Amino acid sequence: MLDCAHLSISFGGLKAVQDVSIAVPQGAIVALIGPNGAGKSTLFGLVSGFLKPDAGTVRFEGADITGLAPHRVCRLGMTRTFQIVQPFAAQTVRENIAVGAHLRRASRRAALEHAEVVARQVGLTEQLDMLAINLTIAGRKRLELARALATGPKLLLLDEVLAGLNPREITEVIPVIRAIRDAGVTVFMIEHVMQAVMSLADAVHVLSNGVLIAAGSPREIANDARVIEAYLGHGTAARMKRQAEGADA
Amino acid sequence: MRELAGICVFCALAALTPLFVTSGSLQNLVIMTLYATLLGQAWNILAGFGGQFSFGHAVFFGSGAYAMAVLQVKFGWNAWAALAAALAAGSAVGAFIGALSFRYGLKGSYFALVTLAFAEVFRILANTFLFTGAGVGMMVPLNESAAALQFADRSGYLYLILAMVTAGFLISWWLKHSRFGAWLQALRDNEDSAAALGVDVFRVKLIAIMISGALMAAGGAFYVQYFHYIDPHIAYGPAVSIEALLAPIVGGMGTLWGPLLGAAVLHALGELTRSVTGDAPGVNLMVYGVVLILMVTFLPRGILGGVVTLFGGRGAKKGGDRA
Amino acid sequence: MLEFSILFPSILNGLTTGAVYALVALGLTLIYGVLHIINFAHGAALMVALYAVYFLHEQAGVNPYAALPLAVPAMFAFGYCLQRFVIGRASHGKDENILLVTLGISIILENLALYLWKSDTRTIDAPYMLQTVDIAGAMISLPKLLAFGGALAAAALLLAVMAKTDLGRAIRACAKERQGARLVGIDVEHVFAMSFGIGLACLGAAACFLLPAFYVNPNVGNSFVLIAFTVVVLGGMGSFAGALLGGLLIGVVESVGGLWLGESLGQIGIFVIFIAVLLFRPQGLFGART
Repeated sequence: MLDCAHLSISFGGLKAVQDVSIAVPQGAIVALIGPNGAGKSTLFGLVSGFLKPDAGTVRFEGADITGLAPHRVCRLGMTRTFQIVQPFAAQTVRENIAVGAHLRRASRRAALEHAEVVARQVGLTEQLDMLAINLTIAGRKRLELARALATGPKLLLLDEVLAGLNPREITEVIPVIRAIRDAGVTVFMIEHVMQAVMSLADAVHVLSNGVLIAAGSPREIANDARVIEAYLGHGTAARMKRQAEGADA
Repeated sequence: MRELAGICVFCALAALTPLFVTSGSLQNLVIMTLYATLLGQAWNILAGFGGQFSFGHAVFFGSGAYAMAVLQVKFGWNAWAALAAALAAGSAVGAFIGALSFRYGLKGSYFALVTLAFAEVFRILANTFLFTGAGVGMMVPLNESAAALQFADRSGYLYLILAMVTAGFLISWWLKHSRFGAWLQALRDNEDSAAALGVDVFRVKLIAIMISGALMAAGGAFYVQYFHYIDPHIAYGPAVSIEALLAPIVGGMGTLWGPLLGAAVLHALGELTRSVTGDAPGVNLMVYGVVLILMVTFLPRGILGGVVTLFGGRGAKKGGDRA
Repeated sequence: MLEFSILFPSILNGLTTGAVYALVALGLTLIYGVLHIINFAHGAALMVALYAVYFLHEQAGVNPYAALPLAVPAMFAFGYCLQRFVIGRASHGKDENILLVTLGISIILENLALYLWKSDTRTIDAPYMLQTVDIAGAMISLPKLLAFGGALAAAALLLAVMAKTDLGRAIRACAKERQGARLVGIDVEHVFAMSFGIGLACLGAAACFLLPAFYVNPNVGNSFVLIAFTVVVLGGMGSFAGALLGGLLIGVVESVGGLWLGESLGQIGIFVIFIAVLLFRPQGLFGART
């Protein structure tokens, strides 16, 4: 469904994303992980039209959308969320979600009604008439998800939608995401919460310093030496292997 | 719904005022309050609903005013046709300024400054060319007939300004209850999120500034018909730009009734000041300046915003209806 | 195109006017660079300073140039108080709010002046006002020449203060990293107020140099506000060198533009430049910020 080929972008001297190629098949949940500052959100920006790549292409459902404006990308069926949640602060939860719903609904009433439906999907029914600014962080994350969902996307780009949630909140959101996929939406998610990645993802790609260092199933990635090194430092993988062997012996 | 009913009630009441307000100066006060409301409504569309603060809204006012004057005086146009042209002029100027400013991503203070600069450019142009009467300005000859949009009886002007204000109310109502309005307020609150949700930010801003410009131009056209005179300083100077932003800020930006409330409060304050200090020049505006600072400091969401906060944190009734 | 004998004096005159624009803009640059405030009240403050210098001359017989040691500290104090007790309190940090607060201040100042001193345009009469100096064939009025020298001197002084003194360092620190400055013990509110004060002190100096060659009325600030902004934007928000060069450039543009298009239309060049810079090169000639 989504095909990124050789994407690169630099800011000044910093190569934020270098020659990254990722394919997201339809109906899958694909995770993008990596240490902080790896360039994951930058990649999302490139894919969703907020940034123009220096090199490489983005294809969505076969069509080349490289450098297309964000609202056009959304209208084609790809909606992204933001890592730092940006709700429409002065408006209610219902009104917030309605903005997303309006993409495919011209009538105000239809949009507001759909907002209620989506709110139920993500568990925000209680807060529908609250001002977005009064939500907790968990609520805001759900709102971010709900708004994007209301646009009726084919592909959802979730940027750390679980960040800042406590363990109970995380266990509540994981089935929501799975239900979204089961309803026919492809999910491409940036995540740090490994519990979610392990239980949800069909495939995992690992980005470090702007470069893709590994790709595979969650199990394969968890045991990949390069991934361990990226997170825990040079030599850690070998050390861990030695310790494991030493313990067995 | 409820708000539409409110608009109808207000219009009916306002239309009946000639029956019980007979003093000339009081009638003038009502008319000028409605006039200030109109200017405020126009500014409110772009700034209150759209989040784009313009400090040079006079550029649209003056364009409407001069269109009205020049077409009638120099080309012998019918006043009604000239009014239509004035609206078109305001809209066109809005399209021009908007296309440039929004295409190049001007926001916040930079946008405010650029509108001021445009107003100044237009002022200088109007001041230079004899076509617009240069520094002396233009007079629209007396011709009191409805066909010429001039009225011997002041109530004629009342109905004219009331019609324009009603249009302003309907447009504001539409912004609160339509998809376009939802898009506009979304980009006001967060442009990136709005774009990510499919809002064509440039196009929405452009349409908003065109509507705002047209409504402001209506104010300019009214001015010319009511006062029979226009000059570059009145048309494009800072006074009109300031008048346009004061009412919504005091009453409540981004609301339906804010501009009316603000205009009424400011005019009442003005009358009060005048009764205390006489007709000393500048005192009124000084008071307005103080009010502006006080509002921004203590009631940044205007009187209506303050009332909403006072009476309930949620501030919203079911269905998204709000003052 | 134009004869040199006409163009040359025009350019020189433009430079002298431009130097004063630069001095006005330097204050604005400091205020913007440090506080990130678009100070709409800058023109009105200049007007206040001009009136102060005017009345010092009319009532106390103080020569405008001799009024420097009075006007500069007075304007500094005015600016300090304005920022510390009004703007800082009212703005809550939001960009648009600050814009509106400074707009409110400018409205108050202008109309206060209108109320107190009516709308008459006033000039001072002094023997040196009509004197001219011959520079390579061009007759430049003496007050304008003094304005040129004074503006450059003041600019140099300001740059020295910013670069060499502790206060200058503190100001630059606050400009770059507000929280960090607080953490190392700098009283940020105080530094902001000092910066605003210095910004207005520049206006005090500018008024002393400007009045002999110019005039004062309650509206004089309006024309200066936009011109000052043009200079600041052209030079690059936050760049002193840019403001200096930008001021001189704008002065020349206005002067030559006036030659070419006539007094009334001549000023249009300035605002067209302003719009063009904002649209196409918002970082100006020397600025780093986008």
